Amino acid sequence: MKKLILAAAALALTAGMGMAQTIRMGTEGAYPPYNFINDAGEVDGFERELGDELCKRAKLDCTWVTNDWDSIIPNLVSGNYDTIMAGMSITPEREQVIAFSQNYTPPADSAYAALSADADIEAGVIAAQTGTIQAAHVAETGATLLEFATGDETIAAVKNGEADAVFADKDFLAPSVAESNGELVWAGEAVALGGGIGIGMRQSDTDLKKTFDTAIQSMKDDGSLNEMIVKWFGEDAKVFE
Amino acid sequence: MIPCAEDIGNYALRSVGIGERLLPRSDFTLCNQVTLIGSGMIWNLYFAAMALFFGFFLANALAVAKASRSPWARKPAEGFVFLFRGSPLFIQFFLAYQALVMLPRAGIEVMGFTVATSWLTKAWAGALLVLILNTSAYSAQIFHGALMSVPKGDLEAADAYGLTGWAKFRRVTWPTMMRLAWPSYTNEAIFLFQATALVFFSGFPAFQQRGDALYYASYFADKTFNPFVAYPIAAGYFILATLVLIGLFGVANRRLNRHLPGATRGLKYRPQLLR
Amino acid sequence: MFAQCADPKALEGLSWLMCYLTSGKHLLFYASFGTVLLLLAVTAPLALLFGFGGAMASRSRIAPLRWFGKIYTAMVRGVPDIIFFLFVPIALDQGIEFLRSRALCDNPVSPWQGNEFNVCAAAKMPLSTSPEWVHEGYGFTLAVVAFSVVFGAFAANVLYGAMNAVPRAQLETAEAYGMSQRQVNRRVLIPQMWTYALPGLSNLWMILIKATPLLFLLGIQDIVYWARDLGGAKTQAFSYPHPDWRLYYFLAILVFYLLMTWVSERVLARLTRRLSAGQATMGGEALRQAGPA
Repeated sequence: MKKLILAAAALALTAGMGMAQTIRMGTEGAYPPYNFINDAGEVDGFERELGDELCKRAKLDCTWVTNDWDSIIPNLVSGNYDTIMAGMSITPEREQVIAFSQNYTPPADSAYAALSADADIEAGVIAAQTGTIQAAHVAETGATLLEFATGDETIAAVKNGEADAVFADKDFLAPSVAESNGELVWAGEAVALGGGIGIGMRQSDTDLKKTFDTAIQSMKDDGSLNEMIVKWFGEDAKVFE
Repeated sequence: MIPCAEDIGNYALRSVGIGERLLPRSDFTLCNQVTLIGSGMIWNLYFAAMALFFGFFLANALAVAKASRSPWARKPAEGFVFLFRGSPLFIQFFLAYQALVMLPRAGIEVMGFTVATSWLTKAWAGALLVLILNTSAYSAQIFHGALMSVPKGDLEAADAYGLTGWAKFRRVTWPTMMRLAWPSYTNEAIFLFQATALVFFSGFPAFQQRGDALYYASYFADKTFNPFVAYPIAAGYFILATLVLIGLFGVANRRLNRHLPGATRGLKYRPQLLR
Repeated sequence: MFAQCADPKALEGLSWLMCYLTSGKHLLFYASFGTVLLLLAVTAPLALLFGFGGAMASRSRIAPLRWFGKIYTAMVRGVPDIIFFLFVPIALDQGIEFLRSRALCDNPVSPWQGNEFNVCAAAKMPLSTSPEWVHEGYGFTLAVVAFSVVFGAFAANVLYGAMNAVPRAQLETAEAYGMSQRQVNRRVLIPQMWTYALPGLSNLWMILIKATPLLFLLGIQDIVYWARDLGGAKTQAFSYPHPDWRLYYFLAILVFYLLMTWVSERVLARLTRRLSAGQATMGGEALRQAGPA
């Protein structure tokens, strides 16, 4: 209660002050290595490092907030935060609703991981995270879609046999496959989906979009973006030409 | 011409896997939402009806066990009731799913037969199991309370007629217990029905986008960014179904009390908080 | 936390576990138990207040007020509480920001533009410049209000019933002494209704405890959120990689709730005994006959 009174007092104080440009960066915090909560309880990962660098270049004051994946777009458009950096691929469907910056990763592969390489990815049960492009893809194929709220649960579903395979970003699955001691293997062909990952913003925030576009371009030009991609996703990761 | 005819054709049975495979993805009309959320109600009704049906028998057994003099029957029943009444249903769903997926996939060998286990992780079975156990714990508490308040005079009268054992229980004790417990049990049934909305919000995944009313309501709320349409539609369905439920239990109540004067007036439903 | 935890990957056995259980994330997990307790502590009196208002409104002689009270108490009966929890915070948030935009923006336009809800920076609630704990506090406050509205309606049901249970003769006697309606309420009705309300309110408290995991669905970082996050399988990108341990975390939460309900049951039983003393009810009579304990 005391905390709440303090909160109310602080609100009353800050309400009168001038508005510095503070950008609230929304992320999921459950999609390593893109973004996750590290053991100290802070947002960490490729997007954290990239976002902080972009904010530095654009001279913005950024803070990070986490939000569940399934409500991440609704909470952006209702103004709870200003950007989404959560491994969100640019798709025409999403572009009807929110604006994207230019992509900060090249169009990436999505892949199936399963307990055996010959798992039935055509007509079997495929786990995917709700509301992802991968889930939409599975819904269109002949396979049976099994939806989970987090990416972590989709991998768990394959390991315990609930699903025949998991379909997700290859870079997200890669560490789990590599560290499973051969339990998880790639199945089928990788599929290229989406137009790369971009920063999601409200369509009305045109200035912010320009600012981030410029910052991303400068990181593409001096090669620092490619370095960062290799650092987080390994030597084999796709980089910008 | 029925309004929404096309949507009803496509989506009225979508939640059980009949009809259009893909959910609507743009241009969400009111028809879309009303039909699909209504389709989801099939699951809520299924869960509530099945859980109440099976839970009723289990609850009776538990109530009798709880009233037993033998600690071998009483203690396990008390422990069961405490476990399921003392913890949130939401956590029970999570735990049940986590535990059920650990069962061996290939099935368990029992005396040469293989008992399949994989179906238990599906919501229709796993979540139903949790709901049955949950409602039977709450109902057992209600029935036990009623059993303790069966008037002594009724039992003495039964003795005077020479009724003993099972005949006495079936013809005197049990009907009186039901009569006493019925208003509270109606209340429990309503609570259980509303609890079915939690199934797809907890551990159990939606299979081929077949979900309950709230699953589709939140699907629309997320896609349209407008919670002011989808959730009230779901709420409307729940109110309707609750009224039907109260009506059905009222009929049962009249039957239970049919020998009493004035019983034809029916159950005056008094909301209680006995959960 | 501790010096030896600086390099977790070199640790093994018990010392690994010690360091693991004291990592920053775990401390947040432990603190979130406080969030749950805080929610209970704030919501219970607030819901009682809402309930009292609802019950008084239902008894009011003014028809519209009475209808409002009746509708309020009836609404939670037919609709699952979770629908309210998904709905009320968003509606409240948009309502508050709309009002603030009318007062604080230079040229207020309707914030509902297309699918966006957007107010000027000065009307944001809380301001985007506010530190994170203000945002969390605000989200928590919305959750508390949502819980209070729902449980207030439940409490209104209980209190309305309890007010009607106070024997008519008591109120008529008070009126015969020439007390006004207000005086009857204050001196006779309200002091006596508590003993009738207590069984219902006790049950309500138990329901409230068991509804707290729904905080998770409101986007609050509560125990369920952290249990899910901490329990999930962790790769080498984390300091403490481990397989899927969600079952253990949820078991811990289960134990927490069983403890909470067990303690509550004990405390409420004692309270019932106390309140029954000196009342003209069966329980009070039994206490009187047993003599001073």
